[in-house]
Amino acid sequence: MNAPQIADPIFQIEGLSLFYGEAAALKEIGLHIPRRQVTAFIGPSGCGKSTLLRTLNRMNDLIDTVRIEGSIRMDGEEIYSPEVDAIELRRRVGMVFQAYNPFPKSIYENVVFGLRIAGVRNKSALDEAAERALTAAALWEEVKDRLRESALGLSGGQMQRLCIARAIAVNPEVILMDEPCSALDPTATARIEDLIFELKKDFTVIIVTHNLQQAARVADYTAFLYLGSLIEYDVTSIIFSRPREKRTEDYITGRFG
Amino acid sequence: MGRKPIQRGEQLVWLTGAALTVTLLATVTLIGVVMVNGLGYFWPSTLAVARLVDGGTAMGEITQRDYTDEGDLWRIQFKVGNRDLYGADFRWIDAAAIETLNYPEDAAALEREEYGNFYGFLERLDLATVQVDAGLPPWERLQAARDAVEERFEAIESLNESVSADSHEMERIRLAILELRYEGGAGAEDGIARLEEQLAPVRADFDARNAEAAARLAELRSNTATFADAAGRTKEMPILSLVRTYRPNAMSVPAKALFYLGKVWELLSANPRESNTEGGLFPAIFGTVMLVMLMSLFCIPLGVVAAVYLQEYAREGLLVRMVRIAVFNLAGVPSIVYGIFGLGFFVYGVGGTIDELFFPERLPNPTFGTGGILWASLTLALLTVPVVIVVTEEALAAIPGGIREASLSLGATRFQTLWRLLLPIAAPGIITGFVLSTARAAGEVAPLMITGVVKLAPALPLDGEFPFFHLDRKFMHLGFHIYDVGFQSPNVEAAKPMVFITTLLLLAIVIGLSIVAIVLRNSMQKRYAGKAF
Repeated sequence: MNAPQIADPIFQIEGLSLFYGEAAALKEIGLHIPRRQVTAFIGPSGCGKSTLLRTLNRMNDLIDTVRIEGSIRMDGEEIYSPEVDAIELRRRVGMVFQAYNPFPKSIYENVVFGLRIAGVRNKSALDEAAERALTAAALWEEVKDRLRESALGLSGGQMQRLCIARAIAVNPEVILMDEPCSALDPTATARIEDLIFELKKDFTVIIVTHNLQQAARVADYTAFLYLGSLIEYDVTSIIFSRPREKRTEDYITGRFG
Repeated sequence: MGRKPIQRGEQLVWLTGAALTVTLLATVTLIGVVMVNGLGYFWPSTLAVARLVDGGTAMGEITQRDYTDEGDLWRIQFKVGNRDLYGADFRWIDAAAIETLNYPEDAAALEREEYGNFYGFLERLDLATVQVDAGLPPWERLQAARDAVEERFEAIESLNESVSADSHEMERIRLAILELRYEGGAGAEDGIARLEEQLAPVRADFDARNAEAAARLAELRSNTATFADAAGRTKEMPILSLVRTYRPNAMSVPAKALFYLGKVWELLSANPRESNTEGGLFPAIFGTVMLVMLMSLFCIPLGVVAAVYLQEYAREGLLVRMVRIAVFNLAGVPSIVYGIFGLGFFVYGVGGTIDELFFPERLPNPTFGTGGILWASLTLALLTVPVVIVVTEEALAAIPGGIREASLSLGATRFQTLWRLLLPIAAPGIITGFVLSTARAAGEVAPLMITGVVKLAPALPLDGEFPFFHLDRKFMHLGFHIYDVGFQSPNVEAAKPMVFITTLLLLAIVIGLSIVAIVLRNSMQKRYAGKAF
């Protein structure tokens, strides 16, 4: 496989395999993820793209039967070494989920949740962070007058942007997005895509998507996974215009998947 | 159109509607019967005097009328009272045997400290030690005399308070002597002798004050009122023994209403009299509420923590499934079984051990090794904890997994997720479970009977005396009160209204507790629920 040259990768994944019990979900994955760029993982259902995403903030730790081999380094530091605190790692690597999942609390409490559990008590610091995160998530104008109302009263697209605001409020370095638009209508999807474009100025964004056009629109780099293996990884324009691999071409032209 | 009714499925609608109607009807009837029988009791009923064909008389409240199949009046039940004169409180008289029935204005009803009510006419007053204005009419003189006697009685009561202070001091010294004697060793004899020396003056003071109180009480009791029944038989009674005197036939409706409220207040605030068939229910109300509160104090944390472990931490497997089934089944174990377990484990096991370790000098008299409110509430907590576990587990399981993932992805620990998100979200469900278990626990009687409930408790489990909470004390309970008054009292017929009233109060407490919990739950739900999802 011909990997792209990435000067300053934030993640260096080498020989990563992941097993659910005996079954291998990821096989010998190796790729470097660029800093402050958008990287998309694409592939058919069950190819392991979400599993790969979740290894990056150790969300797979919560499943008892998971076993991991190989190495993932973030800024050169092995994230699966025993000295690394998964809780601390997750503060640096935020996540936005497929199904928007705001807490049944007020909009404000949702945004500052991560800061509160990190021990921030200062009211003005919380207010400031909430405004910053909501602004960055392009939601501030819509909700600034009803911060104390329940988050469950928002529309689907607003809820997903709230979840993004919640993730960026703790000021992570990386934001993982697991099919963030799959439950949203085209208008809401377009807003999230615009938002992703803005976010990469400050954050590294890694997005799993089913929607190839979306990957083509938002991602700088794209990785194609198939049956747990990384088939091809390159600059997005290359993947979508002249992929080296036959299977990549078949997938992006809709011959399977 | 065209379809047969059976295909339209309307029968099911009717069936479900009918089932609901039957349930509601049964509930409403139950509450209605209890209310009708209980609420009327305190209203002062008119006193009837019957002259009989054979020359006899009967006087009292008319409690029941029986009719023949043709609808004619067949017989009347009088509550004739005057148990000390007649031996029985109630009397059936055939309608045919009654010559005249009238309602004299000066017919008096007396509530007494013993022998139940007296119905009759005031004959004379013999006032030995209190003075009242002789110019007053007889009935008003009686009222004035009662006030005067009451005033003196309060003075004797305050004397009794110092008597009881003495008695506490004596008990303290007695226990200290017991402890020294048990420990033995050098100096113990000296210590005992010193304590005995301390004891002597206290005992002398106690005896003197006690004797004085008794003498003054005897003196007060020599002020008497004499009443005659309808047949002219007289009875002389100490004015002190009259709890209430009233002439219902002469009372206006507002006066009766005031009387009614007075009785209700007595019910809620006073101690019972006459082996619980008269007077108030305060100790039983207090005992019931305190029992339920103590029980919740034990069962909610225990149940919630157990449910959290099962739902959030335990690895799903055969063992967890079996534990869950066992918990479900525990909810169905008969309460008497819990009672017996409580007696064996808490009272004899834990209580007995506490006595051996901390109060060995008092043995064989038990301190904690006998029934008490602590053991009863722990037994009830055990009985209700399965419900709390099941409901809490369900409430936690209903929280979408995405909430947990989102929280963890923000760097929260599992405990932070639980404490800040899961438990608050599950709280309304947990409270619902608590309502269910409270309603069940408040009405339980069987397990209490062997773990500490008594017919008449000498002291409340909470009072002004250090250490304020006396968890080793026995207590009274409304549920047990119903059983005791309704089925164990010497005068069941006279006690019947009290049973209904006690039932009504127990229902009110259960419903009251439920309403508090429901309001709490709704306010929580409002805090979390959104407009739409």
